[in-house]
Amino acid sequence: MSQGNVLAITEQSDNVFRKVTYEALSEGRRIADSMGCGLTAVVLGAGENLAKEIGQYGADRILVADNEALHEYMADAYTNVVADIVSREKPVTIVVGASTQGKDLSARLAARINAPLAMDCVDIRIDNGDLTVTRPMYGGKILADIVFDGKPQILAIRPNSMSITEHAAAGAIEILDVNIGKTDLKFIEKKLDTGKVELTEADVIVAGGRGMGGSDFSVIEELADLLGGAVGASRSSVDEGWRPLEDQVGQTGKVVSPNLYIACGISGAIQHLAGMSSSRVVVAVNKDSEAPIFSKADYGIIGDLFEVVPLIAEEIKKIKN
Amino acid sequence: MEIIVLLKQVPSTESFIEIADDGISIKKDDIKFVINPYDEFAVEEAIRLKEAHGGSVTILSAGTDKTVEAIRTALAMGADKGILINDPAIEGCDALGTARILAAVLKDTPFDLIIAGQRAVDDDNFQVGLAVAEFVDVPHISMVIKQEVADGSIRCQRTVEGGTVTLEAQLPVLFTTQRGLNEPRYASLPGIMKAKKKPIDMKTLEDIGLDSEKVGKPMSRITAMKFLPERKGGKIIEGGSAGEKAAALVRALNEEAKVV
Ligand SMILES: Cc1cc2nc3c(=O)[nH]c(=O)nc-3n(C[C@H](O)[C@H](O)[C@H](O)COP(=O)(O)OP(=O)(O)OC[C@H]3O[C@@H](n4cnc5c(N)ncnc54)[C@H](O)[C@@H]3O)c2cc1C
Ligand SMILES: Nc1ncnc2c1ncn2[C@@H]1O[C@H](COP(=O)(O)O)[C@@H](O)[C@H]1O
Repeated sequence: MSQGNVLAITEQSDNVFRKVTYEALSEGRRIADSMGCGLTAVVLGAGENLAKEIGQYGADRILVADNEALHEYMADAYTNVVADIVSREKPVTIVVGASTQGKDLSARLAARINAPLAMDCVDIRIDNGDLTVTRPMYGGKILADIVFDGKPQILAIRPNSMSITEHAAAGAIEILDVNIGKTDLKFIEKKLDTGKVELTEADVIVAGGRGMGGSDFSVIEELADLLGGAVGASRSSVDEGWRPLEDQVGQTGKVVSPNLYIACGISGAIQHLAGMSSSRVVVAVNKDSEAPIFSKADYGIIGDLFEVVPLIAEEIKKIKN
Repeated sequence: MEIIVLLKQVPSTESFIEIADDGISIKKDDIKFVINPYDEFAVEEAIRLKEAHGGSVTILSAGTDKTVEAIRTALAMGADKGILINDPAIEGCDALGTARILAAVLKDTPFDLIIAGQRAVDDDNFQVGLAVAEFVDVPHISMVIKQEVADGSIRCQRTVEGGTVTLEAQLPVLFTTQRGLNEPRYASLPGIMKAKKKPIDMKTLEDIGLDSEKVGKPMSRITAMKFLPERKGGKIIEGGSAGEKAAALVRALNEEAKVV
């Protein structure tokens, strides 16, 4: 019986692979091993040189689809090209990172190829060849186990939820002929704030709420910088205009799962907790000992954040030296 | 301009979600249901577009009797009419099933623009809108914070990690909403009065030519639901000066939790 491979769709932007790509490849390898098949990776919109960078992450084959029309992510061109690859490769399972691009692509692809899709998987298990995935629902208030009755299953994995593993053997690169197909979208421009750590990929997040009292987040920014982390915000501090929208953590913002989440001047409303409760370790700094955030934190300090946060930074500097 | 808004009714975000006895669904009895917050942005944007360009706004939802409330709220905000596909089979649908139902309605409904939420805050699938776009064969642009319609085409700014991307396409197009697009209005009292007289077209799956047996058959199923593991303890760092507390915290983060 011929059996297809696991297909991992990688993501690069301006010739840099997103971290979740390495997570998707590593998870793809684990799935392939438990299914007893191979792992095929797809690199879109970049050449062989870049493709080599993922050589060590478990793929047996690396398919390179390079074309001018794929240099920027375009939903229509990408869906056309990936759907072509899927019809040729007949994968059993498709793994993709659930970034904004991965979500956009996987949703349209699933409809195109009539395949089941599980968005934002945080865990993937295989028993006797049957796949079960776990994904959050209700903005992270619930975790649901999902099984599938159709193929190929498309698994969009949540950034920062799966570990990265390197392998000794490098995958073999194959250059594909690409047919972009019919496209309707026109690219106008891209504006990126480079150098910023993306919240959903950050290992450490220091977040500020209404307790910040204004747009001066410097105490929080300094601590985040020191820890190589990102700055997050509650909806109140976004609504006040103190922080940009993309910093909002919560049920209607980003759902994050860093190793360490430090909530400063955040009360712990249910919509905020939904976005950060899968963080590994949670610290709360709040002057109100009754604040609900304390019951969801691993460690709490009752006090004024403007006094406490700089002192935490001092102590961290001491350890680092 | 004929604008369709895909609207789902969901538990309000302040709800405490409880798992039902079957272990694979949630208890719905004591929950307040509202318009999905991202669909509220869609309703608002549709009304603003109608105000600027003329035309009409149709709210399309697949749901239950209860969904009428959510549609009425959107009509009170200023939408013109509603279409509710009301069928018990919808409960069992997955995202593609729901999208097929919505797309089947759109085959007989003229439109220039479809606006959907980026995701419904109950199942968080991020999928139905884009699947509808595929089934009705129009381009989509997701997570839009700004749009401009002119000369039969639309230009949208969408959010991506760390920035924005601007795309353009000829209408008809489907776009999905991101927070920042607008501030949804509240329904005014006259709006609420007017909404009572606005039409809501109720249909079953059979009415729109679909076989409930087939369309309702999902390709993915929930087999279990659980809560996130509870955090143990919540240890408040006590005593001493702020400096001593900070030192004790960092020690714990370093030695116990090993995160710094
Ligand atoms: C539909 C909907 C969706 C929502 N989605 C989200 C979401 O995605 N994310 C989100 O965060 N919220 C969301 N909310 C809002 C949520 O309900 C809360 O209003 C919000 O999270 C509160 O933000 P906060 O904790 O910063 O402010 P507050 O609740 O006002 O808390 C401020 C805290 O700061 C403390 N404080 C003040 N000064 C200091 C100081 N100097 N030092 C230390 N502590 C201090 C206070 O004791 C208080 O606990 C949503 C609400 C709705 C209705
Ligand atoms: N039952 C439904 N009826 C109408 N629109 C829906 C329905 N389910 C989802 N949608 C639309 O699709 C978007 C994304 O939903 P989801 O893919 O379920 O996260 C929502 O914000 C709605 O605009």
